Amino acid sequence: MTGDPGLQPERTRLAWRRTLLALTVVTVLTVRLALSGDAVGAVLAGVAIAGWAAALALCWRRAVGSGPMRDTSRTMPVVALAAVGQAAVGVLLTVRGVW
Amino acid sequence: MWETVRRWFDPRELRSVGSTPDYRFSLANERTFLAWLRTGLALVAGGLAAAQFLPPLPLAHLREAIAVALLLLGGTVAVRAVDHWARTERAIRLGEELPASRFPAVLALAVGLGALLLVVAVLVRAVGGQ
Repeated sequence: MTGDPGLQPERTRLAWRRTLLALTVVTVLTVRLALSGDAVGAVLAGVAIAGWAAALALCWRRAVGSGPMRDTSRTMPVVALAAVGQAAVGVLLTVRGVW
Repeated sequence: MWETVRRWFDPRELRSVGSTPDYRFSLANERTFLAWLRTGLALVAGGLAAAQFLPPLPLAHLREAIAVALLLLGGTVAVRAVDHWARTERAIRLGEELPASRFPAVLALAVGLGALLLVVAVLVRAVGGQ
């Protein structure tokens, strides 16, 4: 050991917090784009918020918990899926606006 | 392909191969994944911003095309980040060479080319507007 066993988990938690913060900003942008006044937009805004909340709930312990983080976990595909979901909602909203 | 996706969501499967490495390697791999994911999220944010903050462009639907291209690129970066993270984790556990990838180079070229096209578009408009 090189003497930094505590800092590795801390750096990783901080990286998680930055990532969840970025996901939050993206969600705000998605919701802003979705709320153009009609029902379909409102539903898609709901989907975006639900995906954000689910990702936050599932990754929260990894981002702000304490103690060791030795296990590999599902949080990686979950948070990536949330990002892809925001992109998909964005594509739907953009393509819908063309028609 | 679905088998691969299923494996991403099954941490036991990943832990079943090889031996558990020094946890610092796993955490470094995790942070690399998170950095890639933020890169993807930045592209998605760029697409969402283009869709709602750009004025309508002279070419029909160009604004929407830019937005969709950025959103798709961001989504691709996110999916590829998970795949690369899982393959790297597997390689670390098995003591193999880390997976090599062309993706960073391709992404850099795509972003560079996109920026160049925008510079040309801005210059053409500045000259044409005189």
